[in-house]
Amino acid sequence: MPFPKSAPGRSRGSLPSRTVGRPSRMTWVDVIVAAAVLVLLYLALRIGHGTTVRFSTARDAAVDTDPARLPYDAARSLLRMFAALAVSVVFTFGYAYAAARSRRLERVLIPALDILQSVPVLAFLTVAVTGFLALFPGSMLGLECAAVFAIFTSQAWNMTFGFYHSLVSLPRELDELSRSFRFSRWMRFWKVELPSGMIGLVWNGMLSFGGGWFFLVASEAISVDNQRYALPGVGSYAGAAIAAGDLGRVGWAIATMAVLVVGVNFLFWRPLTAWAERFKNEQSEATEVQRSVVLDLLRRSRWPALLGRALRPLGEALGRAGRAFGTDDRRLDAGPGRRRTGDAAFALVSGGIVLWGLVDLGRYLADRTGLGVFGEPLLLGLATLARVVVLVAVATVVWVPIGVKIGFSPRLTRIAQPLVQLLASFPANFLFPLVVWLLLRTGLSIDLGGILLMALGAQWYILFNAIAGAMAIPSDLREAMDNLGVRGWQRWRRLIIPGIFPAYVTGGITASGGAWNASIVSEVVTFGGTTLTATGLGAYIAQATAHGDYPRLLAGVAVMSLYVVALNRLLWRRLYRLAERRYSL
Amino acid sequence: MRFPFSRPAPTAPAAPAPAPATAAPPAPADGGVLLETVGLTKAYAGADGELPVLSGIDLTVRAGEIVALLGRSGSGKSTLLRCLAGLIPPSSGTVRYRGTPLTGANPGTALVFQTFALLPWLTVRQNVELGLEARGVPPRERARAADQAIDLIGLAGFESAYPKELSGGMRQRVGFARALVVEPDVLMMDEPFSALDVLTAENLRGELMELWESGQFPTRAVVLVTHNIEEAVLMADRIVVLGSRPYGTIRETVEVDLERPRDRDSAAFDELVDRVYRIMTGRPKETRPPGRPDPGRADRRTVANTPLPTASVDGLSGLAEMIAHRDGRCDLAGLADELGLDIDDMLPQLDALDLLGFAEIHGDDLLLTEDGADFAGADVQDSRAIFAGAAVEVPLVRLIANSLRGEPGATVRAGFFRDLLAHHYTSEQVDRQLETATDWGRYAGLFGYDAARQEYRLEEA
Ligand SMILES: Nc1ncnc2c1ncn2[C@@H]1O[C@H](COP(=O)(O)OP(=O)(O)OP(=O)(O)O)[C@@H](O)[C@H]1O
Ligand SMILES: [Mg+2]
Repeated sequence: MPFPKSAPGRSRGSLPSRTVGRPSRMTWVDVIVAAAVLVLLYLALRIGHGTTVRFSTARDAAVDTDPARLPYDAARSLLRMFAALAVSVVFTFGYAYAAARSRRLERVLIPALDILQSVPVLAFLTVAVTGFLALFPGSMLGLECAAVFAIFTSQAWNMTFGFYHSLVSLPRELDELSRSFRFSRWMRFWKVELPSGMIGLVWNGMLSFGGGWFFLVASEAISVDNQRYALPGVGSYAGAAIAAGDLGRVGWAIATMAVLVVGVNFLFWRPLTAWAERFKNEQSEATEVQRSVVLDLLRRSRWPALLGRALRPLGEALGRAGRAFGTDDRRLDAGPGRRRTGDAAFALVSGGIVLWGLVDLGRYLADRTGLGVFGEPLLLGLATLARVVVLVAVATVVWVPIGVKIGFSPRLTRIAQPLVQLLASFPANFLFPLVVWLLLRTGLSIDLGGILLMALGAQWYILFNAIAGAMAIPSDLREAMDNLGVRGWQRWRRLIIPGIFPAYVTGGITASGGAWNASIVSEVVTFGGTTLTATGLGAYIAQATAHGDYPRLLAGVAVMSLYVVALNRLLWRRLYRLAERRYSL
Repeated sequence: MRFPFSRPAPTAPAAPAPAPATAAPPAPADGGVLLETVGLTKAYAGADGELPVLSGIDLTVRAGEIVALLGRSGSGKSTLLRCLAGLIPPSSGTVRYRGTPLTGANPGTALVFQTFALLPWLTVRQNVELGLEARGVPPRERARAADQAIDLIGLAGFESAYPKELSGGMRQRVGFARALVVEPDVLMMDEPFSALDVLTAENLRGELMELWESGQFPTRAVVLVTHNIEEAVLMADRIVVLGSRPYGTIRETVEVDLERPRDRDSAAFDELVDRVYRIMTGRPKETRPPGRPDPGRADRRTVANTPLPTASVDGLSGLAEMIAHRDGRCDLAGLADELGLDIDDMLPQLDALDLLGFAEIHGDDLLLTEDGADFAGADVQDSRAIFAGAAVEVPLVRLIANSLRGEPGATVRAGFFRDLLAHHYTSEQVDRQLETATDWGRYAGLFGYDAARQEYRLEEA
């Protein structure tokens, strides 16, 4: 899912900017992989649907909205977030490593990732809920897993891309070091590859985690197949308060959420990013370093040393055991003939499976609704596309000048940057009730108001990256412009716009991707007893989800993914390449 | 030679490496063959098939000797070294270590890198221990061996420092210690001193040679890649000069039998440097494969046989002016000395002057031609015109200029030339050639280049 894209605020240029940076065109591999993802989705749906679960209704949606319950709920939510992070990290290691190590898998896994991150995560949720409920019939564990899964799908792609990128762009001499000193594969991973990718991993993890709150909120209370489910958590608390139309309790939930976001940032991510500084592959001391009070405190205590000593034998033992994975070596005598046979076999098998799935999918759809089911979402997609375009345009006009102003002033930056970071990771769906209340009061149509709702989450990426871009413009360039008397529009045209362009593109991609995803929850909103529904693809998917209308859901998800991929390829990726070529400072 | 380290018992059955733990250390020149290549060729993909960058290399490295691989930039030194280390597969021919053909990384070698390749997240000691850890040596033994190596190489006191706290020289010492601690049969060094400043390099070189001469060096042979002639003469027992035209072949092998420690100021030393210098700058003897035209004949120069040296216009005109100040004739070695440069750093500029017909090489001397003297003496506008006249005779520049002839405002995509060149050069080489041609052509005012569209176009007058 296209949430956070870059690691703004870090020293420029050292982070692999995922997806868009890859100069690939739409090849047949992409098409096949897209088909494969569709088939996968379809299979999951069928399996989940086939085993209809009767969930004891006694345990469902009734959520107690006593504010005293909030700490407990918050803890449950937090646990879910970290469980999802852990799963994402493990997934990242496995997937990225496989893609980086195997030439054949790479051809499939990387385009698949590109498409997976364009699939609207929220639409996955129903699939996940039905699937996991079937796995753990009658227990809360199924719902828990589904929520964790939803958060995971919002985090993992981003982290995987970043890590894959760092694996394949490992400096050549480090690869040679590892092979010529005959490292074991285990050692190569832990001593060379993981540390090289650590900074990217931590930053991507932090940004993805920030995006994950949104999905936490969306996944804790959900209705699938005309049934409502709820898990104890801040999200479901807020959901219940919203359903009751109780603004005071919504306020409590918002406050709790703010504490959670800030707290996790302060206690977990900041120390982690500061710690990751040691993995910087820079030969000299950096000028701008990440600092964390918490980390300084920890470092001054004796715990790290004690822990290190306690764990060292374990590390040694693992290292010895890890030798079982073999030596890091590449055979010099791999014959091209055998390789080609292997390639052909691989292509044949994977192609066959996809084809079989497509045929089955076609039959499934033909049975129920006919292939015409794709028509309606294609049209509705235009409405949502228009919203996304307006959103990005307006956010650009509003936030870029402000961001540049902030970025040019170190003092403002110090204050504003953490604030914007917080705003970006604060789940926007929490604020929906306030906006809906406003819409109801002013009578503004949800068709327009939906843009506002989508913007609540998405706009911050543009601001954030405008700040980062402005900061990246060297001050001597600005001084030179002052000196030459370049002012006003000319200054924007000659210095500022080209200077912030790369960062802006990154922000734009992220904002546009986020807006698509948010459309699923923004185009149908409820407050108290009122439900507002806009015309758009998001609403289409949301309704298909609520009614358990699987053919429509499938069609909606496929079409939305198509829109996102097309927009990325046709617009953003081109801009990105232009930025890299022309405007990199 | 003594082995100062307690050799760890190799716990893992390390490939067919007859562990170098031979009981009696050999005398410095016992002559046993350690590494051997036969008919080694290395080619990279070009437009129609493979393009060799190394060809017909027969090389033997024996115990007790230091072999220097010397050649200009792009002559394939690093490629050869990596073939010897078993890091890249040769396209044909074999590499043998102690008689066994390599199938993977060479178990008897350890690499020292030009860029150090230290892991910044590990301390000096941890970096040095890496090779032993890879062999599964237990921690305590590992630490002991690492400390010995650190001591030997003059790093004592820096054990727990991180690489970024160290100066360049200290970092390369870590690189040496890391390689030496595993006691490889052959130490492989790829321009180990070229990232260091002159004084530091000199010092480190000296210390290393002292170690080698004292017999404390825990390896049996050294292969040193360098483009520095003096360095090669100072350190090596044998200098293998690689030529780069049309592709990397062994141009000549020079035995160095000067006594150690070597005296840079001795006449014999100077003489040898001059000789090697002449081999490097002179025209190749019969190394052309049949069918390729003679690159020395100006009237038959083609894009294929006349690669452009990587020299900027500023650089080559700077050199021309300096020669002009010395009355149009000077001894290149002397000039380099005066400027405190390595001769080999000036070779691309020298080649460029030669190619443009601005200078000629006579023995050791460099002579400015008439055109060259005009070029050096002219003001900015005139020198552009003179340069244009010379540059248009250079095949690639001429090719680009000619393809643009026709209607004004015509454009040709760079991809077109790239495809043409790909028949003769690897992709890396193509990039460099086009870069130089663009620089020259732009300065000469022969054509313009739009980097965003990757198009050449005729400049409006
Ligand atoms: N992976 C590759 N693909 C294509 N061409 C390559 C590749 N690696 C090297 N070459 C080409 O092979 C030639 C030899 O390269 P190599 O790095 O071995 O030269 P070198 O003598 O070490 O030069 P330098 O002194 O600059 O290090 C060069 O012309 C280079 O462009
Ligand atoms: Mg080299």
